[in-house]
Amino acid sequence: MSNQFRDHLGRPVVAVTGMGVITSLGQGLEDNWAALTGGRSGIHDITRFPVNELSTRIAGTVDFIDLPVANSVERSYAMARETTLEALTQAGLSGDFNGPLFLAAPPVEPEWSARFELADRAGPAQEPGDAYDRFLAAMRERPDPAFHEAVLFGSISERLADRFGTRGLPVTLSTACASGATAIQLGVEAIRQGRTERALTVATDGSVSAESLIRFALLSALSTQNDPPEKASKPFTKDRDGFVIAEGAATLVLESLESAIARGAKVYGIVKGCGEKADSFHRTRSSPDGGPAIATIRAALEDAGVGEDAIGYINAHGTSTPENDKMEYGAMLSVFGERLKSIPVSSNKSMIGHTLTAAGAVEAVFSLQTILTGTLPPTINYQNPDPSIELDVVPNVKRAQQVSAVLSNSFGFGGQNASLVLAAEPR
Amino acid sequence: MAKSENDVVITGIGLVSSLGVGREAHEALILGDSAPAPIVETERFAPYPVHPLPVIDWSQQIPKRGDQRQMENWQRLGVFAAGLALDDAGFKDDAEACASMDMIVAAGGGERDINVDSMIVDEALKRNDREALLNQKLTTELRPTLFLAQLSNLLAGNISIVHKVTGSSRTFMGEEGAGVSAVETAAARIRAGQSTHALVGGAFIAERLDIILMVEAIKGHQTGAWSPIWAREKDHGGGMIMGSVGAFLILESRAHAEARGARIYATIETVEGDRGNRAEGRLEKRLERMVEGAKPELVMSGTTGFHDLAAREKAFFEAKFPEAAIRGFGGLIGHSVEAQFTAGIGLAAMALGAAKPVAPFDKDHEKAMTKPAATALVTTIGHQRGEGIALLAANA
Repeated sequence: MSNQFRDHLGRPVVAVTGMGVITSLGQGLEDNWAALTGGRSGIHDITRFPVNELSTRIAGTVDFIDLPVANSVERSYAMARETTLEALTQAGLSGDFNGPLFLAAPPVEPEWSARFELADRAGPAQEPGDAYDRFLAAMRERPDPAFHEAVLFGSISERLADRFGTRGLPVTLSTACASGATAIQLGVEAIRQGRTERALTVATDGSVSAESLIRFALLSALSTQNDPPEKASKPFTKDRDGFVIAEGAATLVLESLESAIARGAKVYGIVKGCGEKADSFHRTRSSPDGGPAIATIRAALEDAGVGEDAIGYINAHGTSTPENDKMEYGAMLSVFGERLKSIPVSSNKSMIGHTLTAAGAVEAVFSLQTILTGTLPPTINYQNPDPSIELDVVPNVKRAQQVSAVLSNSFGFGGQNASLVLAAEPR
Repeated sequence: MAKSENDVVITGIGLVSSLGVGREAHEALILGDSAPAPIVETERFAPYPVHPLPVIDWSQQIPKRGDQRQMENWQRLGVFAAGLALDDAGFKDDAEACASMDMIVAAGGGERDINVDSMIVDEALKRNDREALLNQKLTTELRPTLFLAQLSNLLAGNISIVHKVTGSSRTFMGEEGAGVSAVETAAARIRAGQSTHALVGGAFIAERLDIILMVEAIKGHQTGAWSPIWAREKDHGGGMIMGSVGAFLILESRAHAEARGARIYATIETVEGDRGNRAEGRLEKRLERMVEGAKPELVMSGTTGFHDLAAREKAFFEAKFPEAAIRGFGGLIGHSVEAQFTAGIGLAAMALGAAKPVAPFDKDHEKAMTKPAATALVTTIGHQRGEGIALLAANA
């Protein structure tokens, strides 16, 4: 039996019935979309910590959320909570959510302030390299359950699960810069398995700190074009020199189309297909031939049951690193061939920077909004195109154009690749 | 239970613990008449005992020195154990199978550089511009590659690089629950026909001051000497002794395994995780729901050794399944957080696959088995949160 509720493989069609988003551009889908289509950048000078002696002094941090304590875990949780509240309101759901939670969250470590505090409590060194022995002595004197909780990777999903009444054991995941897309993929799989009618997929990253910034800087991954900050992220241009680290969060309420329609929910779009393929080439670099990225895009199209010609717009990973943009272009060219020139491809990261763990979900929300509004967000800072990358990047200014299906790419360290095909509600 | 094509079967076990390297070494030790004495290191991290890594010839599974150098112990142990599981399942040299194999890794974070951290906090004690100091020192002292050796998803990344497992790569986090979700997710995908073969597991290094510190923050460690896991006393700390463990499994659909003539150790009948407040019997209520319908002869318990949790778990299973033999494997190899659940499943699958009784790990608190188990429950009750239970059946 073929009906509107089953896809080409007879699986339940998965609808998006609620969305919420926070980036450096602001809180909420409406504000973000206005800024994004207005070509505004959220990248700014870092004020969270001193940047003296750092080669990168800019970021897309989120500094406007109230926190009980200013640390990565609290910030990541608070953003996830806010975007989830927005998404559930949009979905018209209140009370216990009663479906599984899939959370993409950053791997966190103790804050340096916590180490300094322990060192103060513990007293001076007896010999070089003995700080942890002293920390342990201090902990034996006075245990600190808050320290323990703050370094557990399960602590954010725990709070979200309690707050929103999700069902079962939540999954907290990290597939580096593809995490947000992976969270959505897990939600889609759960609904297709018939395990649940709905899933809460959340991705959050509030982990910008001196150490996280320095770690990426040591790998030469970050832009050092600090002045002016809003011009630093320039995907697909000749002058691109790295990504701009950023924060953000997004929540998508996924629901079987059948259950969404049955309860009279508004359908914002469909997650039509998900693809993934790991890369075995190198820890930080992609296969030079783009093989795994190509396979990922093809897998997403195949899972969606559509051909290359169905894609009307691509929300690129587009980090603005020399290597990613080149590899991504090659992969897209290989899949779409000559037609690629006529497919608009833009990078949200030109404005919001790279929201790392959250990026895949943030950009999925923007992809759906692109379909809903018939407006393509631009790639800003596109002044000096890279001649070896022949793309219609929707340069600098938004464009009115109706699209019915979008490809959204996410690629990350550790050989992580995930792509999503997002589409308009079937009519 | 009637067999079906999409049954989830275990066809590979890769286990490294203080007891030794590999499935066969562990089988020889736990399926005999009496279990071996645990191997415990009490000096190096005194007053905290740990079950240390055994001697490992890394090059057996990670042939390139360059690859070994790119990883810290935690990733190296995981990649090594993953290689053992692939070998055990007969997939090691099957490039095609590895290229289409799904992978879910339960990961924590990597080791801190203790010397760099010490240098920074020592210098900071003398200064009042600590943040500026941090920038200076981190910029000059951090090894660029350390970031990757610490990054959670790089255990999976290194498995892709070393073993060429590239069908998919997902990393779950969240302590014990990550291991539970990894198995639960892989099994659900296989059952639904979304996946045919998957590598699932995790690794944990106990011999790390930063990890020891984390648990000391809640006074979780047993201190001083080892004692049997069901009888640890409050005078000697919190009851947990951590152990360095790498534990990976190959899960396959029955159809996929049978088509290639693979050896099937056991079937995963059900696997589920849950969480929530544990007070006032709510933990037991969730366990009750998760074991519904099970009639196990063996309960392979992943108890942490935390006094209250261990006592409650033992009381629950003794009341629920009075005939079943309980084995607290944490007493033998230590608690391994993210790797705990897959380690327990591996041990139970060994017993079911070999059709042999499991020797008591603790003679005073665990009864002998008179015949092999046909079904076994595997439990992991997280040290802070999260619970998981798998029901395994022999492949009769």
